[in-house]
Amino acid sequence: MCLTVNGETLALTAGLTVAGLIAQLGLDVRKVAVERNLEIVPRSTYAQVALNPGDALEIVHFIGGG
Amino acid sequence: MDSDVGTGDEWTVAGRRFASRLVVGTGKYKDLPTTAAAIEASGAEMVTVAVRRVNLSDRNAPMLQDYVSPQRYTYLPNTAGCFTADEAVRTLRLAREAGGWNLVKLEVLGPAPTLYPDMPATLEAAKALIKDGFEVMVYCSDDPIAAKRLEEMGCVAIMPLGAPIGSGLGVQNPLMIQMIIEQAKVPVLVDAGVGTAYDATFAMELGCDAVLVNSAIAMADDPVLMARAMKAGVEAGRFAFRAGRIPRRGFASASSPMTGLIR
Repeated sequence: MCLTVNGETLALTAGLTVAGLIAQLGLDVRKVAVERNLEIVPRSTYAQVALNPGDALEIVHFIGGG
Repeated sequence: MDSDVGTGDEWTVAGRRFASRLVVGTGKYKDLPTTAAAIEASGAEMVTVAVRRVNLSDRNAPMLQDYVSPQRYTYLPNTAGCFTADEAVRTLRLAREAGGWNLVKLEVLGPAPTLYPDMPATLEAAKALIKDGFEVMVYCSDDPIAAKRLEEMGCVAIMPLGAPIGSGLGVQNPLMIQMIIEQAKVPVLVDAGVGTAYDATFAMELGCDAVLVNSAIAMADDPVLMARAMKAGVEAGRFAFRAGRIPRRGFASASSPMTGLIR
Protein backbone atom coordinates (compact mmCIF):
# COMPACT_ATOMS: atom_id res chain seq x y z
CA MET A 1 0.00 0.00 0.00
CA CYS A 2 1.10 3.57 -0.61
CA LEU A 3 1.16 6.20 2.11
CA THR A 4 2.36 9.76 2.24
CA VAL A 5 4.88 10.32 5.03
CA ASN A 6 6.22 13.86 5.46
CA GLY A 7 5.20 14.62 1.91
CA GLU A 8 6.98 11.57 0.43
CA THR A 9 5.09 8.64 -1.08
CA LEU A 10 6.22 5.36 0.49
CA ALA A 11 5.25 1.84 -0.57
CA LEU A 12 4.73 -0.24 2.56
CA THR A 13 3.35 -3.64 3.51
CA ALA A 14 -0.38 -3.77 4.14
CA GLY A 15 -1.51 -3.95 7.76
CA LEU A 16 1.42 -1.96 9.11
CA THR A 17 0.77 -0.14 12.39
CA VAL A 18 2.16 3.26 13.38
CA ALA A 19 4.58 1.46 15.72
CA GLY A 20 5.67 -0.76 12.83
CA LEU A 21 6.21 2.23 10.56
CA ILE A 22 8.31 4.06 13.17
CA ALA A 23 10.43 0.94 13.68
CA GLN A 24 10.79 0.44 9.92
CA LEU A 25 11.91 4.05 9.50
CA GLY A 26 14.46 3.55 12.28
CA LEU A 27 13.13 6.41 14.40
CA ASP A 28 13.34 6.76 18.19
CA VAL A 29 9.72 6.52 19.30
CA ARG A 30 10.41 8.70 22.38
CA LYS A 31 11.53 11.66 20.25
CA VAL A 32 8.82 11.93 17.62
CA ALA A 33 5.13 12.74 17.32
CA VAL A 34 2.77 11.50 14.65
CA GLU A 35 -0.21 13.09 12.96
CA ARG A 36 -2.37 10.91 10.73
CA ASN A 37 -4.84 12.53 8.37
CA LEU A 38 -4.66 15.73 10.45
CA GLU A 39 -5.33 13.92 13.76
CA ILE A 40 -2.73 13.35 16.49
CA VAL A 41 -1.96 9.69 17.09
CA PRO A 42 -1.35 9.31 20.85
CA ARG A 43 1.94 7.52 21.53
CA SER A 44 0.17 4.96 23.72
CA THR A 45 -1.85 3.77 20.71
CA TYR A 46 0.95 3.33 18.14
CA ALA A 47 0.83 -0.46 18.37
CA GLN A 48 -2.92 -0.56 17.79
CA VAL A 49 -3.35 2.00 15.01
CA ALA A 50 -3.26 0.23 11.65
CA LEU A 51 -2.41 2.34 8.64
CA ASN A 52 -4.63 2.44 5.58
CA PRO A 53 -3.69 3.00 1.95
CA GLY A 54 -3.64 6.70 1.15
CA ASP A 55 -3.08 7.81 4.74
CA ALA A 56 -1.17 11.06 5.06
CA LEU A 57 1.26 11.10 7.98
CA GLU A 58 3.38 13.79 9.50
CA ILE A 59 6.21 12.60 11.73
CA VAL A 60 7.92 15.44 13.56
CA HIS A 61 10.58 16.09 16.17
CA PHE A 62 12.17 19.05 17.92
CA ILE A 63 14.93 21.01 16.27
CA GLY A 64 16.65 24.28 17.09
CA GLY A 65 14.38 27.28 16.81
CA GLY A 66 13.83 30.76 18.20
CA MET B 1 24.02 36.69 47.94
CA ASP B 2 23.27 40.11 46.54
CA SER B 3 25.20 39.33 43.40
CA ASP B 4 22.91 36.40 42.60
CA VAL B 5 19.96 37.75 40.69
CA GLY B 6 18.13 34.49 41.20
CA THR B 7 18.05 34.71 44.96
CA GLY B 8 14.58 35.76 45.97
CA ASP B 9 13.90 37.29 42.59
CA GLU B 10 12.42 34.47 40.60
CA TRP B 11 9.68 35.00 38.08
CA THR B 12 6.77 32.67 37.56
CA VAL B 13 4.89 31.69 34.44
CA ALA B 14 1.97 29.27 34.51
CA GLY B 15 3.03 28.11 37.97
CA ARG B 16 6.64 27.37 36.98
CA ARG B 17 9.40 29.31 38.71
CA PHE B 18 12.57 30.48 37.03
CA ALA B 19 15.63 32.19 38.47
CA SER B 20 17.05 33.15 35.09
CA ARG B 21 15.30 35.99 33.30
CA LEU B 22 16.95 35.13 30.03
CA VAL B 23 15.09 32.75 27.74
CA VAL B 24 17.10 31.60 24.73
CA GLY B 25 16.27 30.20 21.33
CA THR B 26 18.05 27.15 19.97
CA GLY B 27 17.96 28.10 16.27
CA LYS B 28 20.59 29.39 13.83
CA TYR B 29 23.64 27.89 15.57
CA LYS B 30 26.37 26.42 13.40
CA ASP B 31 26.13 23.07 15.20
CA LEU B 32 24.60 21.36 18.20
CA PRO B 33 27.74 21.41 20.43
CA THR B 34 27.88 25.22 20.05
CA THR B 35 24.16 25.39 20.82
CA ALA B 36 24.71 23.44 24.03
CA ALA B 37 27.75 25.48 25.11
CA ALA B 38 26.05 28.83 24.49
CA ILE B 39 22.90 27.82 26.34
CA GLU B 40 24.99 26.63 29.26
CA ALA B 41 26.83 29.97 29.31
CA SER B 42 23.58 31.94 29.12
CA GLY B 43 22.33 30.46 32.38
CA ALA B 44 18.88 30.12 30.77
CA GLU B 45 16.46 27.59 32.20
CA MET B 46 13.88 27.85 29.42
CA VAL B 47 14.67 27.34 25.73
CA THR B 48 12.52 27.69 22.66
CA VAL B 49 12.48 24.86 20.15
CA ALA B 50 10.88 24.34 16.76
CA VAL B 51 8.83 21.40 15.51
CA ARG B 52 9.75 20.03 12.11
CA ARG B 53 9.35 16.94 9.95
CA VAL B 54 11.82 14.16 10.69
CA ASN B 55 14.30 13.84 7.84
CA LEU B 56 13.49 10.38 6.47
CA SER B 57 16.67 10.22 4.42
CA ASP B 58 19.06 11.00 7.30
CA ARG B 59 17.64 9.20 10.31
CA ASN B 60 20.87 9.12 12.27
CA ALA B 61 21.37 12.87 12.31
CA PRO B 62 22.12 14.12 15.85
CA MET B 63 19.07 15.40 17.69
CA LEU B 64 18.61 18.52 19.76
CA GLN B 65 17.52 16.53 22.82
CA ASP B 66 20.89 14.76 22.86
CA TYR B 67 22.63 18.12 23.40
CA VAL B 68 20.01 20.23 25.17
CA SER B 69 18.32 17.96 27.65
CA PRO B 70 14.57 18.42 28.13
CA GLN B 71 15.12 17.14 31.66
CA ARG B 72 17.43 20.05 32.43
CA TYR B 73 15.79 22.84 30.41
CA THR B 74 12.14 23.71 30.06
CA TYR B 75 11.37 23.24 26.38
CA LEU B 76 9.09 25.89 24.98
CA PRO B 77 7.90 24.60 21.61
CA ASN B 78 7.19 27.39 19.15
CA THR B 79 5.15 27.79 16.00
CA ALA B 80 7.87 29.47 13.95
CA GLY B 81 7.17 29.08 10.27
CA CYS B 82 3.41 29.00 10.77
CA PHE B 83 1.56 31.62 8.81
CA THR B 84 -1.99 30.59 9.69
CA ALA B 85 -3.78 29.86 12.96
CA ASP B 86 -4.57 26.35 11.75
CA GLU B 87 -0.90 25.50 11.12
CA ALA B 88 0.05 26.88 14.54
CA VAL B 89 -2.54 24.75 16.33
CA ARG B 90 -1.55 21.58 14.44
CA THR B 91 2.13 22.21 15.17
CA LEU B 92 1.62 22.66 18.90
CA ARG B 93 -0.64 19.64 19.18
CA LEU B 94 2.23 17.63 17.70
CA ALA B 95 4.69 19.31 20.09
CA ARG B 96 2.50 18.39 23.04
CA GLU B 97 2.42 14.79 21.90
CA ALA B 98 6.19 14.71 21.30
CA GLY B 99 7.15 16.25 24.60
CA GLY B 100 4.12 16.15 26.82
CA TRP B 101 4.27 19.87 27.55
CA ASN B 102 1.36 22.25 27.66
CA LEU B 103 3.47 25.39 27.92
CA VAL B 104 4.04 26.70 24.41
CA LYS B 105 5.11 29.78 22.48
CA LEU B 106 2.58 30.90 19.92
CA GLU B 107 3.77 33.00 17.03
CA VAL B 108 1.85 33.55 13.83
CA LEU B 109 3.79 35.75 11.48
CA GLY B 110 3.08 37.81 8.44
CA PRO B 111 5.30 37.49 5.37
CA ALA B 112 8.87 38.72 4.91
CA PRO B 113 10.38 41.27 5.03
CA THR B 114 8.63 42.26 8.28
CA LEU B 115 7.69 38.83 9.73
CA TYR B 116 5.56 41.03 11.92
CA PRO B 117 3.05 39.25 14.19
CA ASP B 118 -0.24 38.63 12.37
CA MET B 119 -2.48 39.67 15.23
CA PRO B 120 -5.88 38.53 13.89
CA ALA B 121 -4.41 35.06 13.22
CA THR B 122 -2.56 35.11 16.56
CA LEU B 123 -5.79 35.86 18.44
CA GLU B 124 -7.61 33.11 16.57
CA ALA B 125 -4.86 30.56 17.30
CA ALA B 126 -4.60 31.61 20.96
CA LYS B 127 -8.31 31.04 21.40
CA ALA B 128 -8.14 27.56 19.87
CA LEU B 129 -5.05 26.59 21.87
CA ILE B 130 -6.39 27.80 25.21
CA LYS B 131 -9.62 25.90 24.56
CA ASP B 132 -7.49 22.82 23.89
CA GLY B 133 -5.74 23.11 27.27
CA PHE B 134 -2.48 24.79 26.24
CA GLU B 135 -0.70 27.38 28.36
CA VAL B 136 0.12 29.98 25.77
CA MET B 137 3.02 32.41 25.88
CA VAL B 138 2.27 34.64 22.95
CA TYR B 139 4.52 36.60 20.61
CA CYS B 140 2.71 39.78 19.66
CA SER B 141 2.96 43.28 18.33
CA ASP B 142 3.85 46.11 20.73
CA ASP B 143 0.17 47.04 20.87
CA PRO B 144 -1.22 47.50 24.40
CA ILE B 145 -4.80 46.83 23.28
CA ALA B 146 -3.94 43.54 21.56
CA ALA B 147 -1.72 42.57 24.52
CA LYS B 148 -4.58 43.17 26.95
CA ARG B 149 -6.95 41.16 24.81
CA LEU B 150 -4.54 38.22 24.72
CA GLU B 151 -4.17 38.38 28.50
CA GLU B 152 -7.93 38.48 28.99
CA MET B 153 -8.30 35.43 26.74
CA GLY B 154 -6.04 33.53 29.12
CA CYS B 155 -2.55 33.72 27.65
CA VAL B 156 0.00 33.07 30.42
CA ALA B 157 2.65 35.48 29.14
CA ILE B 158 2.72 38.38 26.71
CA MET B 159 5.77 38.64 24.46
CA PRO B 160 5.84 41.82 22.41
CA LEU B 161 8.59 42.27 19.87
CA GLY B 162 11.35 44.78 20.60
CA ALA B 163 12.10 44.99 16.87
CA PRO B 164 11.63 42.66 13.87
CA ILE B 165 12.90 39.10 14.37
CA GLY B 166 16.64 38.82 13.82
CA SER B 167 17.02 42.56 13.14
CA GLY B 168 19.24 43.26 16.16
CA LEU B 169 17.80 46.78 16.43
CA GLY B 170 16.90 46.66 20.12
CA VAL B 171 13.68 47.99 21.64
CA GLN B 172 12.30 50.41 19.05
CA ASN B 173 9.17 51.42 20.89
CA PRO B 174 9.96 51.60 24.62
CA LEU B 175 6.89 53.66 25.43
CA MET B 176 4.50 50.97 24.19
CA ILE B 177 6.51 48.18 25.81
CA GLN B 178 6.31 50.08 29.09
CA MET B 179 2.55 50.57 28.73
CA ILE B 180 2.13 46.84 28.10
CA ILE B 181 4.23 46.06 31.20
CA GLU B 182 2.31 48.48 33.41
CA GLN B 183 -1.10 47.10 32.55
CA ALA B 184 -0.19 43.38 32.50
CA LYS B 185 -1.00 40.96 35.29
CA VAL B 186 0.91 38.15 33.57
CA PRO B 187 4.64 38.14 32.77
CA VAL B 188 5.82 40.31 29.89
CA LEU B 189 8.87 39.21 27.90
CA VAL B 190 10.54 41.25 25.21
CA ASP B 191 10.89 38.77 22.37
CA ALA B 192 12.77 39.49 19.16
CA GLY B 193 14.99 42.34 18.12
CA VAL B 194 17.72 42.19 20.77
CA GLY B 195 21.06 42.80 19.07
CA THR B 196 23.56 43.03 21.89
CA ALA B 197 23.78 42.97 25.67
CA TYR B 198 22.65 46.53 26.29
CA ASP B 199 19.44 45.92 24.35
CA ALA B 200 18.63 43.18 26.86
CA THR B 201 19.63 45.48 29.73
CA PHE B 202 17.40 48.23 28.36
CA ALA B 203 14.43 45.86 28.02
CA MET B 204 14.90 44.69 31.62
CA GLU B 205 15.23 48.28 32.85
CA LEU B 206 11.80 48.97 31.37
CA GLY B 207 10.51 46.41 33.85
CA CYS B 208 9.79 43.37 31.75
CA ASP B 209 9.96 39.99 33.48
CA ALA B 210 12.37 38.34 31.07
CA VAL B 211 13.95 38.68 27.64
CA LEU B 212 14.01 36.13 24.84
CA VAL B 213 17.13 36.09 22.69
CA ASN B 214 18.15 33.85 19.83
CA SER B 215 19.85 35.43 16.79
CA ALA B 216 21.98 37.87 18.81
CA ILE B 217 23.67 34.94 20.55
CA ALA B 218 23.61 32.32 17.80
CA MET B 219 24.90 34.63 15.05
CA ALA B 220 27.55 36.43 17.13
CA ASP B 221 31.18 35.76 16.18
CA ASP B 222 31.57 34.03 19.54
CA PRO B 223 28.14 32.74 20.61
CA VAL B 224 29.35 31.43 23.98
CA LEU B 225 30.86 34.78 24.94
CA MET B 226 27.76 36.64 23.74
CA ALA B 227 25.62 34.28 25.81
CA ARG B 228 27.63 35.33 28.87
CA ALA B 229 27.20 38.98 27.87
CA MET B 230 23.43 38.54 27.57
CA LYS B 231 23.27 36.86 30.96
CA ALA B 232 25.16 39.77 32.52
CA GLY B 233 23.09 42.31 30.55
CA VAL B 234 19.78 40.84 31.71
CA GLU B 235 21.00 40.72 35.29
CA ALA B 236 22.27 44.32 35.14
CA GLY B 237 18.96 45.54 33.74
CA ARG B 238 16.98 43.68 36.36
CA PHE B 239 19.14 45.05 39.18
CA ALA B 240 18.79 48.57 37.80
CA PHE B 241 15.02 48.23 37.50
CA ARG B 242 14.76 47.00 41.08
CA ALA B 243 17.19 49.64 42.36
CA GLY B 244 15.13 52.47 40.85
CA ARG B 245 16.99 54.83 38.55
CA ILE B 246 17.46 58.53 39.22
CA PRO B 247 15.16 60.88 37.34
CA ARG B 248 16.39 62.41 34.11
CA ARG B 249 17.02 66.14 34.57
CA GLY B 250 17.95 68.84 32.13
CA PHE B 251 20.63 70.37 34.32
CA ALA B 252 23.81 69.41 36.19
CA SER B 253 23.91 68.41 39.83
CA ALA B 254 27.37 68.26 41.42
CA SER B 255 28.45 64.90 42.75
CA SER B 256 30.91 66.30 45.30
CA PRO B 257 29.83 68.42 48.30
CA MET B 258 30.07 72.17 47.76
CA THR B 259 30.85 72.73 51.44
CA GLY B 260 34.23 72.46 53.19
CA LEU B 261 36.15 73.73 50.21
CA ILE B 262 39.62 75.20 50.87
CA ARG B 263 39.88 78.92 50.56
